[in-house]
Formats: sequence, C-alpha cells, structure tokens
Amino acid sequence: MLGKLNMDEFAMGSSNETSAYGAAVNPWKADDGVDLTPGGSSGGSAAAVAADLCLGATGTDTGGSIRQPAAFTGITGIKPTYGRCSRFGIIAFASSLDQAGPMTRDVRDAAIMLRAMSGHDPRDSTSADLPVPDFEAMLTGDIRGKVIGIPREYHVDGMPGEIETLWTRGTEMLRDAGALIRDISLPHTKYALPAYYVIAPAEASSNLARYDGVRFGHRAKLAQGDGITEMYEKTRAEGFGPEVQRRIMVGTYVLSAGFYDAYYNQARKVRALIKRDFDQVFAEGVDAILTPATPSSAFGIGAMKDADPVQMYLNDVFTVTVNLAGLPGISVPAGLDHKGLPLGLQLIGRPWEEGDLLNTAYALEQAAGFVSKPVKWW
Amino acid sequence: MSIDTDTARRVAKLARIRVEEEALPALASEFNTILGFIEQLQEVDVTGVEPMTGVTPMHLKRRDDVVTDGSQQDKVLANAPDAREGFFAVPKVVE
Repeated sequence: MLGKLNMDEFAMGSSNETSAYGAAVNPWKADDGVDLTPGGSSGGSAAAVAADLCLGATGTDTGGSIRQPAAFTGITGIKPTYGRCSRFGIIAFASSLDQAGPMTRDVRDAAIMLRAMSGHDPRDSTSADLPVPDFEAMLTGDIRGKVIGIPREYHVDGMPGEIETLWTRGTEMLRDAGALIRDISLPHTKYALPAYYVIAPAEASSNLARYDGVRFGHRAKLAQGDGITEMYEKTRAEGFGPEVQRRIMVGTYVLSAGFYDAYYNQARKVRALIKRDFDQVFAEGVDAILTPATPSSAFGIGAMKDADPVQMYLNDVFTVTVNLAGLPGISVPAGLDHKGLPLGLQLIGRPWEEGDLLNTAYALEQAAGFVSKPVKWW
Repeated sequence: MSIDTDTARRVAKLARIRVEEEALPALASEFNTILGFIEQLQEVDVTGVEPMTGVTPMHLKRRDDVVTDGSQQDKVLANAPDAREGFFAVPKVVE
C-alpha cells in the first residue's frame, strides 16, 4: 500500500468538499486555472490515478462514487455487481447499495485489479461465493453481435449538448465495432434518485448510530450535570459534518413512526420496479446499456456552495440506478469537452457478467482512443 | 407536506444530534427541499409490488456458532474515549 486517499465524509458527497480534511483537487485544469473537483466520494483515489501517483486505487460506490470521479478525471472506474467484492474493513454507508471496486488508468488494469478484489470473504456475508473468472483474458475487443441498449429516459432535461454528442459518438463507435444498437426504455428511471435519497439516508442513519462517543471515535467535552443523552447529542453534533448530519436526520425522519410506509416502504417498492426495468431489457436480449456517466464535466471547487442539497445530488442521476438494481457499471473516458476536460461514458452490464462488460468497455476504449493527460498539474 | 421547526427539533432529537434553536428554521427548510424531491415517489403505482430486500436472491452464508476470537480487552478499550477498570465509561445513566 502506497498511502491512503481523501474522500467525502462517510462517502456522502459528489465533490470531495464534505471531507473533514478539505477537498482533493482535480489534476485537470480548465483554461481559467480554477481548481476543479475530482468528484466524489472517491475523489482522492480518482485524482491520484489521474495524476499518475499510483497505478490504481480502490474506491467505493453507493450511488456513483467510483464512476462519477472516474469520469471527472479521465480514468476508468468499475462498480461491480453487488456482492462481488468483500466490504470488510469499509465503514458501512448504505449496506444494500455499497460496493467496492477498482479505479485505474485503463480497462485492462481494471480487469486485473477487479479479479484480485473479487470473491467470497467469510467476513462479509453478502460477498457472493461465485467463481471469479480471469477478467483480463476476456478482453478480446470483439463485440460483434452484442446488443447494446440506449435508454431513452437518460436524455434528461438541461443536459449539455456536448454530453448528448459524446453519447451519440459512443453509440456509433460500438456500432462500428459490430454491436447491434437497440433503443430501450427503463420507465422508472426518473424515480431512481428520489428512491435513493430515501433508502441511502435510512440505512446510513442506522449504520452511523454506532458513532455515539462510547466505544471509539470522538466524544464531546461535557458540562457539569450532562447525562448520557447530552453526551450523544453533543458528540454527534461535533463529530459529524453538515452533510452527514443532514442525511442522518433525513433517514431518521423517513424511518420514524407514521412515515415508514409512506417513504421507506414506498421507496423499496419503487426500487423493485427499477430493478424490474433492467431485468426486462436483459431478458429481451440486451447485453449492455450505454449512457453518459455524468451530466457535466468537473465543476469548480466551491461552485455548488450556494446550491441546495438536491442540486448536488443530481450529479448521480445516471449512476444511481445501477446501485439500486445491484448491477455492474463502468465509466470509461471517451472525450474532452470544450474546456478541455474529460467526459466519461457508462456501460451497465448484466449481474455477475463483469467480464463481458469489461470487454465491451475495452472495445469502447479502443475506439475512443482517449490518451489525454492532465497537463502539468503540480 | 411541510416540515416546521417543531418537527425539525423532534427529528434532531430522534437522531441524537444537537441542533441549536436558531439553526432549526434553516434545517426545516433543507428538509422541505429534500422531502419535496422525494415526494414524487408517491405518484408511482406500486400495487402488488413487494418491497425489494436484496439484489440477488441468495442465502447468506452461515458460520459455525463458535468463539473465534476474544480475550482482547485491552485492544478493544484502546479506542475508547474513556475507559476505566476494564470497562467503557459513560456519564451516569440511572438516576
């Protein structure tokens, strides 16, 4: 291990700015030289790989935290199928969504590193006891006859023309490589983010209850006469940053008496419908789905300071469906925008078929020929 | 549906996070933004849909119900903010 890298506090953020240590900076710069976010939550990992500080880094992805930073920094990041990698040693955020994965310079490195990370671990009972193929050996680049779905619901309002153009170009690249392109519909897509912002905070509010100042971590200084409740409340107010507090309280609210059915159970039912959308297109013969990875390129650190929390959440609009359905998804750098910043495309695969997904990503990588590097960043 | 400062105060209490009285209106306003966003879930017809509990139908592995480690009191307590005489120490709980 070379070192440890920065991330958003408890993995809750899309820009690294919620980190208790301050935000990591993207090695890519726009022409105006303003510091840009490397994305989040695994922004430190993405920045380190993009800056050639290391060959690869680990990340975790609950709603897009591997794929969005990978897209913002021009690297490859894969979130494998839920249960593919052990999460032992990772602090739980939303246990039904969390998954670990590699962040690397290219698809081949991702295949090599994913194989090393995959497999059953007795210390994470959700890690699947399934054979782990040699993903690298599956990188033939031959995707002739593969069916690639293009979901119409991913054309979201206000998406920049450059993203649309990149997506169209990616579609053409896969068609030129011999894949069959098919328009598909995933009708419940627009409900993915709202469902996520019920389920993830609900699970987080439960998981983070352990930070109570008793067994480990911070404990607030107490005043004369303070009891156990004051200790909990002061400790958690001091120890958690604003975004984490916000999500714990939203989670507490949606799980509280009288709202559990209206919010939490409703979100879990919508989640089942989102998964069913994917199940149906895969059953109809689709091998992989191509979407943009993010709705924009990297934005400036501080640029979202005055935005309401929901504006920041929209960063995950293309990635979060994949976590809700438990599918593998990979972000591949595919081009530069008018500011000279990297943009990524996302491929979504069938459950447990990371090998096939990586091969499609490999074909896309070959066709896109993305070789740009951040210029002198140090 | 709208969250008032009383509800914000109650949620903060349930979450065991101290929020100062003057911060409650801003917190309530943030809740309203987020819950307004979540509210659109209500328009989805979920008749006959079971809540999703897992992404892949599989049985969790079980391990034998045996002691696998232990006798590490010092190590366990090493992380505690306050430990005395082999125990975690907390403010008085029982009046």
